[in-house]
Amino acid sequence: MTILAIDTSNNPLGIALLEKDQVIGEYITNLKKNHSIRIMPAIQTLMADCERSPAELTKIVVAKGPGSYTGVRIGVTIAKTLAWSLHIPLVGVSSLAVLAAATARHFEGYVSPLFDARRGQVYTGLYQFKHGKLTAVEQDQLVMAVDWAPKLANMDQPVLFVGNDLLLHRTTFEDRLGQRAIFASPTEQNPRPSELAWLGKDRKGEDIHTFVPNYIRLAEAEAKWLEKQNKIFNG
Amino acid sequence: MNKDQLILGIETSCDETAVAIIKNGREIAANVVASQIESHKRFGGVVPEIASRHHVEQITLVLEEALQQAKVTMAEITAIAVTEGPGLVGALLIGVNAAKALAFAYQKPLVPVHHIAGHIYANRLVTELKFPLLALVVSGGHTELVYMREHGHFEVIGETRDDAAGEAYDKVARTLNMPYPGGPHIDRLAHEGKPTIDLPRAWLEEGSYDFSFSGLKSAVINTVHNAEQRGEIIAPEDLAASFQASVIDVLVKKTADAVKEYGVKQLLVAGGVAANKGLRTALEEAFSGAEVELVIPPMSLCTDNAAMIAAAGSVMFEKGIRADWSLNAKPGLDIEMYNHADLS
Ligand SMILES: [Zn+2]
Repeated sequence: MTILAIDTSNNPLGIALLEKDQVIGEYITNLKKNHSIRIMPAIQTLMADCERSPAELTKIVVAKGPGSYTGVRIGVTIAKTLAWSLHIPLVGVSSLAVLAAATARHFEGYVSPLFDARRGQVYTGLYQFKHGKLTAVEQDQLVMAVDWAPKLANMDQPVLFVGNDLLLHRTTFEDRLGQRAIFASPTEQNPRPSELAWLGKDRKGEDIHTFVPNYIRLAEAEAKWLEKQNKIFNG
Repeated sequence: MNKDQLILGIETSCDETAVAIIKNGREIAANVVASQIESHKRFGGVVPEIASRHHVEQITLVLEEALQQAKVTMAEITAIAVTEGPGLVGALLIGVNAAKALAFAYQKPLVPVHHIAGHIYANRLVTELKFPLLALVVSGGHTELVYMREHGHFEVIGETRDDAAGEAYDKVARTLNMPYPGGPHIDRLAHEGKPTIDLPRAWLEEGSYDFSFSGLKSAVINTVHNAEQRGEIIAPEDLAASFQASVIDVLVKKTADAVKEYGVKQLLVAGGVAANKGLRTALEEAFSGAEVELVIPPMSLCTDNAAMIAAAGSVMFEKGIRADWSLNAKPGLDIEMYNHADLS
């Protein structure tokens, strides 16, 4: 069993190779650079270093968003094409779940992973380890940070925030949650591709052809078009 | 070795997700095109983000259908060819990354192809190319005269300085309240009318093979507005006929001049607007009995498809052109770039 995990959904570029209970290779960068140029050379190098050939892969796990539309599509396109052409299963995992996994494992409370979504908004969700499994308490969503903070302030346990974009929203959460807001350390802010591989390890493969990213948001043109239709329809 | 060369081509530069397999450079083994046109119609044009989303939904389905149609397996494919540009960057990225994943999975050579080189090579699926040749490329995004002295060598001798011919068609169609895409509607309407309205023809400087259609487009819009203000009615079919006559006059005259000056053996027509009946007829009339051989591909090979990308890819593959794993989408790619590629 050799699982290749791919995450290009936000600035961090991550890939990992997982075999049985061992992570045999992992590569992460956190740069504002073009994923399309760097992801395949990274996969090629990691697999060559680990002396594994594409034909040996048994599963592809991909971070399916939310995140940058273009970034998510690059990872998903490569994952779909690899899985389809090699006749192996494809599993998609929430990019937020990947980010939450490492810190949530040993934390007594909730984890709110987040990516900045501009204009005061964040992509986030709420996660917790229950019976050794990462569980979504609140599903992934796009929300104003100022609306998310009071919701979390009412929770029965402290909340740990994690993500490279934390700095942008930290005070919003501190103001509402006070001591009950905990922030991950700089070494924990990148989503770990090995966690991605681990989260997808035992999941059943999905339909490859119909597999799409989870954008959360409609394309802008589509949203505007729907709005116009509603206006026409409702007078 | 007598093995057949099988090139798998991928094209996603705009709103068609396309995969094709071409045998020995000239024979279509599979040609699959998934069009998104219905999805973009409601927006009155192609929306890049929506085009990119559709490509992700379609890509493996189209790949699978192409292999099934050709009755070949990935292992039998010689190389993967893909459009690297020009086009919509988000759309191109899907094809480029699918091609890289496919080439990686089966350790096959990866060949980057220029979209317009593809349009020109669609002609090689009709007949063998004879050099030197001239290609008239007319599409939604391009209006160019390309001179080729040999395979894989492209010299742009004339191009549009503003709008592409296809763009002008779409804008005029919008002025006449026709649905997107407007080109075919204008073409149809033009056949019902007469070119009675005097519209400008942009010849530019003496000896120039460049084009300009923005003045013509503005003239059409002004004609419609002025008539509206005076409360007059202009027959849309006459306006369409007059517009089409102006475009075709310029295209045919400049092409004929270039054919003469460059002494070419073949004149190839390429691009989506080559599907235009008015242009086809005018070219056939202008070059009937001429020494130059006029080649116009069937409609299905004029609009965007991957057979043309695989056909161009076949020649580029033979020339030793390869991409590595860092291949990226290049929305503004220049066709003359290939002339300087290392062909060793
Ligand atoms: Zn085209």
